Amino acid sequence: MQSRGSCPAAQAPTLKGAAAFVEDNHDGSTECASTAVVTQLKRDILLCAYRAKEGHIASAFSIIDILWVLYDRLLQYDCRNPKWEGRDRFILSKGHGCLALYAVLAKKDFFASEVLDTFGLFDSPLGGHPDRNKIPGVEASTGSLGHGLPMAVGVALALKIKQNDRLVYCLIGDGECNEGSIWESCLLASHHRLRSLCCIVDFNHSTDRSLELGDLEAKFHSMGFEVSVVDGHDHKALARSLGSGPGLKPRALIASTVKGKGCSEMENNPAWHHRSPSDDELENMLRELR
Amino acid sequence: MRRQLVRTVESAMAEDERLVLLLGDIGVYGFRHAFSSFPSRVYNIGILEQATVSLAAGLAAEGLIPVFHSIAPFTVERAYEQIKIDLGYQKLNVVIISVGASYDYAALGCTHQCPGDIAILKAIPNMRIVTPGSAAEFDALFRQAYAGDQPIYFRLAEQAHSLSLPVTFGQATVLREGKLGTVLVAGPLLEKTIKACAGLDVTVIYYTTLEPFDGSTLVAHSYADRIAIVEPFYQGTLCHEVVSAFGTKRSLRLLPIGVPRQFRQFYGNVHQQDEECGLTIEALKEKFDDFFGVC
Repeated sequence: MQSRGSCPAAQAPTLKGAAAFVEDNHDGSTECASTAVVTQLKRDILLCAYRAKEGHIASAFSIIDILWVLYDRLLQYDCRNPKWEGRDRFILSKGHGCLALYAVLAKKDFFASEVLDTFGLFDSPLGGHPDRNKIPGVEASTGSLGHGLPMAVGVALALKIKQNDRLVYCLIGDGECNEGSIWESCLLASHHRLRSLCCIVDFNHSTDRSLELGDLEAKFHSMGFEVSVVDGHDHKALARSLGSGPGLKPRALIASTVKGKGCSEMENNPAWHHRSPSDDELENMLRELR
Repeated sequence: MRRQLVRTVESAMAEDERLVLLLGDIGVYGFRHAFSSFPSRVYNIGILEQATVSLAAGLAAEGLIPVFHSIAPFTVERAYEQIKIDLGYQKLNVVIISVGASYDYAALGCTHQCPGDIAILKAIPNMRIVTPGSAAEFDALFRQAYAGDQPIYFRLAEQAHSLSLPVTFGQATVLREGKLGTVLVAGPLLEKTIKACAGLDVTVIYYTTLEPFDGSTLVAHSYADRIAIVEPFYQGTLCHEVVSAFGTKRSLRLLPIGVPRQFRQFYGNVHQQDEECGLTIEALKEKFDDFFGVC
């Protein structure tokens, strides 16, 4: 028996920390707990990147709230049976944000948390971009931008052919929206009425220094998507938007995010796109993430 | 071969519900019956090859077997990175079937020609590559190999040989044996090559599967150091496979014969292009006689 947001109760390994989802009790405690978990996941990510001297930390911090809300509250999956046919699918199209996915998958017991310590090592399953043939729970090997969304469209089409009503979430970056294959995918998703598909745009303004995207909301709307805009770090708002369920069209959720969110030195600082912290930087950042 | 493509794929779709056909806005009329027979599994996907290959990867990840069909330069060269990462690297069972081999569309010019498809696809690990020489061979090889755990590319040519040969995916066929050397020939050039070899005491080995390459048959039936390689694509494409098959066992003298590695400067038709490339019976015979030392 599979359940939402964690492993089946009968097989469930011990959840570490305050990960278990409880219904919102209207006093904000759920959101506090959720935010606390993300803070801990950010610490895990920092340590991974520090040990490996590798990683796109800022990109991971940009999307970690979205991923946590998805895996903690919305997605159906079975961490003991990652290929379970009844699961919802999640594809991280901006593969360089994979440290966030690894941290969430470990937290949700797709693999042991100790595996995180191997990130970037020669024989680790966890590389700088995710590999579906090595990591339980990873649906697509991504890294070169513009591949994950069309693959998610294929997954959504396959589910439609198989008359499987599960949902397909795909997270892309605003920089990734430069790629033509993103817009090819939108045409396909819209034409084939792939209502199970939800494309989440991590809009952290990475592309601002290169290509003007204009009105992204209008662009997705004109492509035939139902579009909503949300604060990509507000768990309650994310849960509401992401969980609103499929309508008649594919959905696009434009999540307004801050690259490097939570570490002041890293926030919106292009120097931190791809680097690992020094000893001093790590200490300062961990202090900030308490 | 295009008529056979329709017959074979429609027949296979009736037997295997995993097959999904994606047409890059070509072959739509030819497959008109498939649209009505399998409405949920046949798509005129449009002219967006990059997204189509990735979409096919998504279908394959869900256990379906997509067959993507379009013209060679658009399937292979336009979507090359998608084939590399989404199919080869992820080891997904997507079938690509191209038409317009090398200069089949001679009159349309270089934008619609693709003599380099095999060379670049061979640079992608996990790709299986097939060049049928006739309609019957396509039918047999498709049925043998479309299902698997890796992507596969079928290269269909306008020209075909008229010989009837049993073919097996992954295996070369030895047509005859000789002492002067070996002629290796791939796909539709078989008949011309056999005629050009008439009277020569050489081994002739026929290849329809180029990847994985059956090197052991080549080594076992080659009795001299001279190997001529007749390729209906860029010349020299298979040199690496031949050299690797022999390893350090023998010194070799190779004669690659194929499409010269330059953009075609002329239009016309396939026969005129063959003549210009030296891929006629007479031109092949002259090269063989010279290479194998027959004057």
